[in-house]
Amino acid sequence: MKGSLIIVAFFVLGIACGVMNWLPQLPDNVSFFTLCALMFCVGITVGNNTAMLKSFIRLDRRLLLLPLMTIVGTLAGTAVAALGLPHRSLADCLAVGSGFGYYSLSSIFITRYRGPDLGTVALLANILREVITLLGAPLMVRFFGPLAPISSGGATTMDTTLPIITRTSGQEFVILSLFHGFLVDFSVPFLVTLFCSL
Amino acid sequence: MLKIVAIMLCGVAVGFLMRGRRLRVVPHAVTVLIWLLLFLLGVEVGSNPQVLGGIGELGLEALWLCLAGLAGTMLAAWALWRYVDSRRGRDS
Repeated sequence: MKGSLIIVAFFVLGIACGVMNWLPQLPDNVSFFTLCALMFCVGITVGNNTAMLKSFIRLDRRLLLLPLMTIVGTLAGTAVAALGLPHRSLADCLAVGSGFGYYSLSSIFITRYRGPDLGTVALLANILREVITLLGAPLMVRFFGPLAPISSGGATTMDTTLPIITRTSGQEFVILSLFHGFLVDFSVPFLVTLFCSL
Repeated sequence: MLKIVAIMLCGVAVGFLMRGRRLRVVPHAVTVLIWLLLFLLGVEVGSNPQVLGGIGELGLEALWLCLAGLAGTMLAAWALWRYVDSRRGRDS
């Protein structure tokens, strides 16, 4: 929660700088190179984490389908929502949906390929997803079972929403939650770029 | 776009090759880079009067997309849980 507040603070600070014209004109590709550096670092953290790969083996096989359910469910829901937004294309809506709560990365990608307008929608939609998961996890477990907060957390179930998932779904879902976050997280850059290029 | 995915895959390879070592700097670097990028996104939004003017509407759009996605994903999670849970009952 604190992490996302800091991120929002940086976003707001950026807006203030933009409105007040405090910054000198930045070269166009500053954000591109920063993004490349970020993706390289994200890749390193994924490749470095072999312990997680090993613990997957002990999981109930059928539960391994959960990341797929999360992805399919979210995309189906956003596709339906796209009907209510006639000025947005289906691909744009799906790109926003495939952030799966990973607001920093998805909004950066979408800003780059679709402009700051849709990038802002992506940022807000995915921050909301994380916040709703953090606040609503107990209700989700009650109505939709212990897998619901994990699906809802999307790409964040490896880090920010992990504590609330262990509290509400139970300790036995920790490994599943990590595995789920790992896979969904990994799918974000692929799916977002895919839908942005359609 | 492919370039960025390729760079990430290079990172995965580097991370895998260095799997014996604890890379404590990398998560910090990720955090700082994310701050920087969100700041830059803010600058872009702030210096674009059209986006800034529509931020309330963009927020509603975001809420709508978020809730719809969550509804879909929760139904999918519920279906999987029903399936796993029922099979479990039969197995034991």
